[in-house]
Amino acid sequence: MSYMAKFRLWRGDNGSGELTDYDVEVNEGEVVLDVLHRIQATQANDLAIRWNCKAGKCGSCSAEVNGRPRLMCLTRMNTFEEDEVVTVTPLRTFPVIRDLVTDVSFNYEKAREVPAFSPPEGLEPGDYRMQQVDVQRSQEFRKCIECFLCQNTCHAIRDHEENEKAFAGPRVLMRVAELDMHPLDTKDRREIAQDELGLGYCNITKCCTEVCPEHIQITDNALIPMKERVVDKKYDPITWLGSKIRTRSSSK
Amino acid sequence: MPTPERFSYDVVVIGAGGAGLRAAIAVREAGKSVAVLSKSLFGKAHTVMAEGGIAASMANVNPNDGWKVHFCDTMRGGKFLNHYRMAELHAQEAPQRVWELESWGALFDRTKDGKISQRNFGGHEYPRLAHVGDRTGLEMIRTLQQRVVALQQQDKAEFGDYEARIKVFAECSASDIFMSGDGDSRTVSGVLAYWRPSGQFITFDTSAVVIATGGIGKSFKVTSNSWEYTGDGHALAMLAGGSLVNMEFVQFHPTGMVWPPSVKGILVTESVRGDGGVLTNSEGRRFMFDYIPEVFKDKYATTEEEADRWYTDPDNNKRPPELLPRDEVARAINAEVKAGRGSPHGGVFLDVSKRLPADVIKAKLPSMWHQFKELADVDITLEPMEVGPTCHYVMGGVEVDPDTEAVAGVNGVFCAGEAAGGLHGSNRLGGNSLSDLLVFGKRAGDAAADFVEGRTPGAAPEAEIDAAVERWLAPFDVPAGENPYTIQHDLQQVMNDLVGIIRTESEMEEALRQIDALKERARHIKVEGGREYNPGWHMAIDLQKQLIVSECIARSALTRQESRGGHTRDDFPGMDPEWRKVNLICRLDGDSVKVTRQALPLMHEELASLFDTGELSKYMTREELTALGREVAQA
Repeated sequence: MSYMAKFRLWRGDNGSGELTDYDVEVNEGEVVLDVLHRIQATQANDLAIRWNCKAGKCGSCSAEVNGRPRLMCLTRMNTFEEDEVVTVTPLRTFPVIRDLVTDVSFNYEKAREVPAFSPPEGLEPGDYRMQQVDVQRSQEFRKCIECFLCQNTCHAIRDHEENEKAFAGPRVLMRVAELDMHPLDTKDRREIAQDELGLGYCNITKCCTEVCPEHIQITDNALIPMKERVVDKKYDPITWLGSKIRTRSSSK
Repeated sequence: MPTPERFSYDVVVIGAGGAGLRAAIAVREAGKSVAVLSKSLFGKAHTVMAEGGIAASMANVNPNDGWKVHFCDTMRGGKFLNHYRMAELHAQEAPQRVWELESWGALFDRTKDGKISQRNFGGHEYPRLAHVGDRTGLEMIRTLQQRVVALQQQDKAEFGDYEARIKVFAECSASDIFMSGDGDSRTVSGVLAYWRPSGQFITFDTSAVVIATGGIGKSFKVTSNSWEYTGDGHALAMLAGGSLVNMEFVQFHPTGMVWPPSVKGILVTESVRGDGGVLTNSEGRRFMFDYIPEVFKDKYATTEEEADRWYTDPDNNKRPPELLPRDEVARAINAEVKAGRGSPHGGVFLDVSKRLPADVIKAKLPSMWHQFKELADVDITLEPMEVGPTCHYVMGGVEVDPDTEAVAGVNGVFCAGEAAGGLHGSNRLGGNSLSDLLVFGKRAGDAAADFVEGRTPGAAPEAEIDAAVERWLAPFDVPAGENPYTIQHDLQQVMNDLVGIIRTESEMEEALRQIDALKERARHIKVEGGREYNPGWHMAIDLQKQLIVSECIARSALTRQESRGGHTRDDFPGMDPEWRKVNLICRLDGDSVKVTRQALPLMHEELASLFDTGELSKYMTREELTALGREVAQA
């Protein structure tokens, strides 16, 4: 049942680093995170790994396993050949802190730019009434465990660091969609989504959806409907005419 | 030595799970400034793993529910060792706390008339748990996280700075609480912490601290708890002069995964049973019918037919024994496995596949389906799960005032959530932990904000800061020594084998000897590598706290000579009314732990009137019953 595997881990900090090889025992039923913990306990006490629940619920142990963005706790060792070298590297899009741990603060800063839930005035706690069918759409997005694999994968940021300022990424735009579809939310976030969070940078290649460990249909159910809502507002001829008239009168 | 980075806040909250965030929100809403220290990233605390729901008697599904019923269920579940006042406040305030979450954006599953849906759970008389599928903890922590952000947005609008009054210090662990002054005026003056990414220390000047650090499960080998659960707050409270109450009560959740070995201990939600799942042994028998204890005889079904009817007609049938409180189910599973009727990997079978259609299972238990598929290659819509007990929760904890959560005898320190003791007595009902976090997190935050009103913020004493920093850095400088991972592993083995689900005197004495030896080894830890994001070093610091708390558990367990709730003695198998009157209190005495006995306050007559004399006499002594004005038949 047990065998010796070859692991290749990225070790280093934001300045420099290199891939380091480890020979390590693997037992039946284990996942990549188990094997890394064994390396940590027996060969490299200071190996930096970020993890919490080890059950795919907290979204902490994101990394790239053989180049694919994955949660290490959900990557089973029996998906590799026994003689296959397993290479684990930190998320490529974010700055490395040490070894496999990256600085993901970008995601929290962008999340803070989305205006919060705003319920109807005068609606008291306890008096909220919503139908299951109406909350379901937003509930899908609230399954998000904030592993940031979608943020890491989206090529609008991954391959274009310069976009980070203007584009908040799929996780954050999905939050906008979630609030927009909340049956009792009263705020219109369409302009913010387009102008400040960069919804237009998304060109719906669905890479985010592919890597989502919660299998949320980020592109189809959140980003595309959000784009449609923005279009409805921005390019509706009557709304457009109205906004031009207002602009003109206010500029006098 | 470089001077640590230094901040000043009205209140410092240690811990960013449900209790910590709810406390921080209360402090900020009272207009005070607050720092939240989180060992992990923001929104990843252990609360995220809670599955089943939040217990609150909103009576959305069964109109007969109300706070009094919830109170009674909580007391019964805890075998009447609960602090009655905490159980009362908890039952009264839980509905408000849940509705508040909804007004902050939480999206719970709904009833047909659009209210928050509520589900059945062990020990709860009526469907009471507000839930979102089986990921309720995620919904709760995300909602609190987003509420913090909403308050930060308000502050940005008012002061131009998101972090003007509430700041989350992510991946920042508290190592020390400082106290200043003498005698009765001795008060909190600061907190020392370290940034996990950089390894640099950071000091907070403050005069109030809320401890909300969760539990202790990482001291046991088989556990549903993450690396964070090292009893930090328990130890910090003791080191500040506080005490722990009833630490012998550790909850072993009956259903953890047992296979594959690497996921042994990971939680399988009680909702599986609440929604119809049944427990069977290797002979295919629903064995829980054989384990209904005397005190619950008239509340549970005695035949499979009646138990099955209950799911659709709960008013006219008794509930299935699979929904007994967790301590009962865990002991039953343990006994079945010991008797040789276990499953292939040393558990029992939990089957929902023959009970519900596949699409219903996937809708009601999505993350369980996902978890078993991804981690064990088991499709729970087609085959049974294998489950067994796992260390899940500590009922004991820091001794607090029930109304303000002020830590007994320590000015300026408050404590809420799993870290605090009292509410759950000897056994916690499922769903009562999330409501605990909200009710007492808010109360602790309110009380801390009151405490600092008109008070000049403390100043952490320089000499003590320097001494602490030097002490924590020492393991880097020794030429050779013990591996922290090995010591933690050994501690987990000791606690699991000798202070586990079934306990005896000789084994616990042996555990205490071994803990002593581990304490000695922990003085000689060698930390490899540098200070940046070094988990080995973090573990070396956490271990000091784990060892103190583990000693408390073992010593209290050795002292209490009866079996009750989450404390089962092979050598004292019965429940003893004399012991019910006793709280066991742990205090630090130099390097070791001293256990003393203290009277458990007796509930007042109005609350006692909710129980009939027959039920009370199962738990209480003749003198107590007389004190409550009950006629007691002559023996």
